[in-house]
Amino acid sequence: MTREPRAVALKGVQKRFGDVTAVADVDLEIRPGELMVLVGPSGCGKSTLLRLIAGLEERDAGEVWIGDRCVDEVAPGGRDVAMVFQSYALYPHMTVAENLGFGLRVRGAGTPAIEGRVREVADVLGLRGLLSRRPGQLSGGQQQRVALGRAMVRDPGVFLFDEPLSNLDAALRLQTRDEIAALHRRLGTTMIFVTHDQVEALSLGQRVAVMDRGRVQQVGTPAEVYERPANLFVAGFVGSPPMNRLHLVRGRDGRLAGGPFVFPGPLDHREATLGVRPEDLTLAVVTRPGPGPQPDSVGMSGGAHSSAEFTATALRVESLGSEQRVHLDGPGEAAWVARAPSALRVAAGDRVEVAVVWERTHLFGPDGSRIGAASRPGGASPP
Amino acid sequence: MPDGRTAVRRAAGFSRTLLLAFACLIMAAPFLWMAATSLMGQLEVFGSGRLFPESPLWSNYPEALTAQPFGRYFLNSLIFATVVVAGQVFTATTAGYAFARCDFPGRDTLFMVFLATMMVPAVIVLIPRFLMIDSLGWIDSYRGLVSTELVSVWGIFLMRQYFRTLPRELEDAARVDGAGHWRIFRSVALPLAKPAVATLALFAFIDAWKNFMWPLLVTRSMEMRVVEVGIAAFHSTYEINWPYQMVAGVVAALPIALLFLFTQKYFVRGIQLEGIR
Repeated sequence: MTREPRAVALKGVQKRFGDVTAVADVDLEIRPGELMVLVGPSGCGKSTLLRLIAGLEERDAGEVWIGDRCVDEVAPGGRDVAMVFQSYALYPHMTVAENLGFGLRVRGAGTPAIEGRVREVADVLGLRGLLSRRPGQLSGGQQQRVALGRAMVRDPGVFLFDEPLSNLDAALRLQTRDEIAALHRRLGTTMIFVTHDQVEALSLGQRVAVMDRGRVQQVGTPAEVYERPANLFVAGFVGSPPMNRLHLVRGRDGRLAGGPFVFPGPLDHREATLGVRPEDLTLAVVTRPGPGPQPDSVGMSGGAHSSAEFTATALRVESLGSEQRVHLDGPGEAAWVARAPSALRVAAGDRVEVAVVWERTHLFGPDGSRIGAASRPGGASPP
Repeated sequence: MPDGRTAVRRAAGFSRTLLLAFACLIMAAPFLWMAATSLMGQLEVFGSGRLFPESPLWSNYPEALTAQPFGRYFLNSLIFATVVVAGQVFTATTAGYAFARCDFPGRDTLFMVFLATMMVPAVIVLIPRFLMIDSLGWIDSYRGLVSTELVSVWGIFLMRQYFRTLPRELEDAARVDGAGHWRIFRSVALPLAKPAVATLALFAFIDAWKNFMWPLLVTRSMEMRVVEVGIAAFHSTYEINWPYQMVAGVVAALPIALLFLFTQKYFVRGIQLEGIR
């Protein structure tokens, strides 16, 4: 019964609310059958973008295409999209069955057809026993499923999700996330999913569009966005804990330097930012302050083959069970965080040697855009 | 001292109850007096100086209610009030929804103009209304009685405020489901506005039921008279039959009293909004 999935294309779309630009000149293509996640901090315009696709907001400029037609003059109901809202937006005065069937009823479908389709969807989502209840009598998770079902009943070409998981508790959120991914695999329908949670974005999306201040900062697979962030914003937004940064300035000798590092180039930048993910740092404990026992052997984390680049003091150690997060007082002015295996015996106050996996580092230009990986520093100055 | 505090609280509760009981008595006194007078003889009202009849004169009731065609009056009042309720609910919900949710040029200005009419005292428009109905030849007809009462600006305001409290996402969901304004109004907004509609209907009914001045002006024949005008008719130039008039008053107040018993919560809601009436 599933129809051909549709592509969605935004061409130079703009939307302002008074003086505030919510969406500034966005070009974005979503392929047929793709699960695209729009992610960004609150107020970045991701929900507005979704509402523009649904037709719930009038665009100020640009074009919205769904499938092979421009839908700018088409009412929301005619766009072949269905939407799941953050608040679920179930009609409180209707039963679950009526909620599910409303879209079909509005479109003039006959009662037997509606009932059949509602039952079909209710079976898929395990709502069969709830059909005669009202939304107020359902738990949050059940309401969420009804909202999902209401979107599915009409068998649309595109599903739109506006932060549908944010009202669920953590366990249910994970479960529903998996269910949406499974649903996508099963239906093969184009889905656009809005969230502010970058973990949700990376785990769910086939591709991810990272937004900030009304602009799309980067579009790519979760791996691309994580491993090759297009700019400092994406680097800081995606990943937890966020990427460590160090400000670099070109010195008299024409080389970029910052903290203990002096890089051979590139020379055409007056200043730059070095970015290193917490997992790309490897730690080794050197000394423990005070008269207590010293570490028996030098503990190493990560690949033990890298040689130490700088030493720092562990300010704080967060144990997360599977790993530890070690907060360092360096390099230089910056305070960095390193991820270390839980086997590493490290405590606050320890001196640690830190090695950097340089191939996986990032160098950002003065405008914040990524230049490439940083090359191994020429001469590491003594700490 | 917990005991002392309990005593103080109990005393405060007692005095509050006493105060409320006293207020109740003051409120109820005219009604009790009306009921008592309705059971007295004409001479007893003036001569005896009593508050309650010596022996209740139940025959006042059949006599008073047949002295004039009260059956017809009640029917007229009921028709008047019912049509006014239906009209006001229809105009207030549709206009209220349009003012709350439809975008059209000049919407807010128009709404302000509507609100401004609430500042014009009803008495001022009484004569223009009469002249209009007269020029249409509708004097002494249901059309004339009802037609200028079908729109309530207060009702429009009430419904607009209520529709604005409904979550936007519900309407968004309905729009994505393919519904237009009319469908959203009918299937989503209106069913959810039931409490406000009930309040509006209740107040419209009571206002129409106790309306005296307009029916008095616009009707002439006995056949078109409503209950309120009928009550006043016992009050003729040469004679005032107090017991009969009070009988009519008791009977006319009964439907409203019964209505109150079953719809108290809507009354309270209406009174909360009374400040803007």
